[in-house]
Amino acid sequence: MRMETDQLIRTLAADNTRARPVGFVLALALLAAAPVSLLMFFTELGVRPDVMTAMRNPFFDLKFAVTLALATSAILVSLHLSRPEASMRGWGWLFMIPAGLLVAGISSEMMMPQRLPMMTRLVGQNSRVCMSAIPAMSLPLLAAALIALRHGAPTRPALAGAIAGLLSAGIAATFYASHCTDDSPLFVVTWYTIATALVTAVGALAGSRVLRF
Amino acid sequence: MREREDEWTGLMRSAISGDGAAYHRLLKAIAPVLRAGARRGLARAGQPVDQSEDIVQDILLAVHLKRHTWDANAPFAPWLFAIARNKLIDALRRRGRRVFVNIDDFAETLPGEAAAETVSASEVAARLESLPARQRAVLQSIAVDSASIRDTAAKYSMSEGAVRVALHRALASLTARLREQ
Repeated sequence: MRMETDQLIRTLAADNTRARPVGFVLALALLAAAPVSLLMFFTELGVRPDVMTAMRNPFFDLKFAVTLALATSAILVSLHLSRPEASMRGWGWLFMIPAGLLVAGISSEMMMPQRLPMMTRLVGQNSRVCMSAIPAMSLPLLAAALIALRHGAPTRPALAGAIAGLLSAGIAATFYASHCTDDSPLFVVTWYTIATALVTAVGALAGSRVLRF
Repeated sequence: MREREDEWTGLMRSAISGDGAAYHRLLKAIAPVLRAGARRGLARAGQPVDQSEDIVQDILLAVHLKRHTWDANAPFAPWLFAIARNKLIDALRRRGRRVFVNIDDFAETLPGEAAAETVSASEVAARLESLPARQRAVLQSIAVDSASIRDTAAKYSMSEGAVRVALHRALASLTARLREQ
């Protein structure tokens, strides 16, 4: 059986199946995966018991601003990169928002009197949980994001996979932040970043394989 | 050239809003341009240019299956050439070539160059053989025997909807099989 190009063209024109936009598919995929991550969260970690008091601490709230800004920026960039002609130009600055929030948090903490020395705040009590819980809760979200992005046409699959990693780490870190009692921005900038970098690397590696089209 | 690309954008807009004839015209208009670009890319990589038709068919399949990623407010040509380059790079890589694709391989094509001979694609033909029987039968009926969707449905006692689904799956798995290689 052979198929001439003219025959293929006629056949393509006959196939009027409509595909859903990538953003819609990504939203569905993340909504399907989030319960899995939340189940992991509630069975293994749970919200910290003093959460009502903690909410009055601006550094507790800042963690959510940072992780949600990261997740939102990564969602926007990954949708942009799902178009074949897209480049990062003009989009990278979005990631300056979570980074800038963290820097602002660190400098304002520096200006306040502190009970604990800097290194103690940085090392914290939960670094090992942080570094395992964020990547673990990210995995279902990362898988869902990659499946959804396969629906797009990213011409830079490793980069698109890395952004999917940032996206899933951002959401997982948002869950984790409500469990963790370390609120110092120094802790966040160290351990959340290491955990996020890990997930981003996994995303890049997976993306370079599964996001080719 | 500018005019040609504006015309493509217009045709693609009509195609997206359901105009099958405009879509057919668009695909017919871009095929020779893609062919010339594929030939130029193969020649640059020291490959025989008679393999260009496989690349053309792969680009057309990708254009079709990824058309929802085109933003109707953006010009069509940059989107098309990004997909074309991606497929050309892919094809050269599978031939074990160190890839060196000139970004203008497709965009530079002059209309006069575009009349290169059509040679049958052999890779795509080989992939056709490995499709599930039902998908292959539907694709054979519509693509090769030029039957309509309605006639194909009658021939295999399927509903027209089922034929459409099988056709779409067949086209999608032609591309998936390429990826697995």
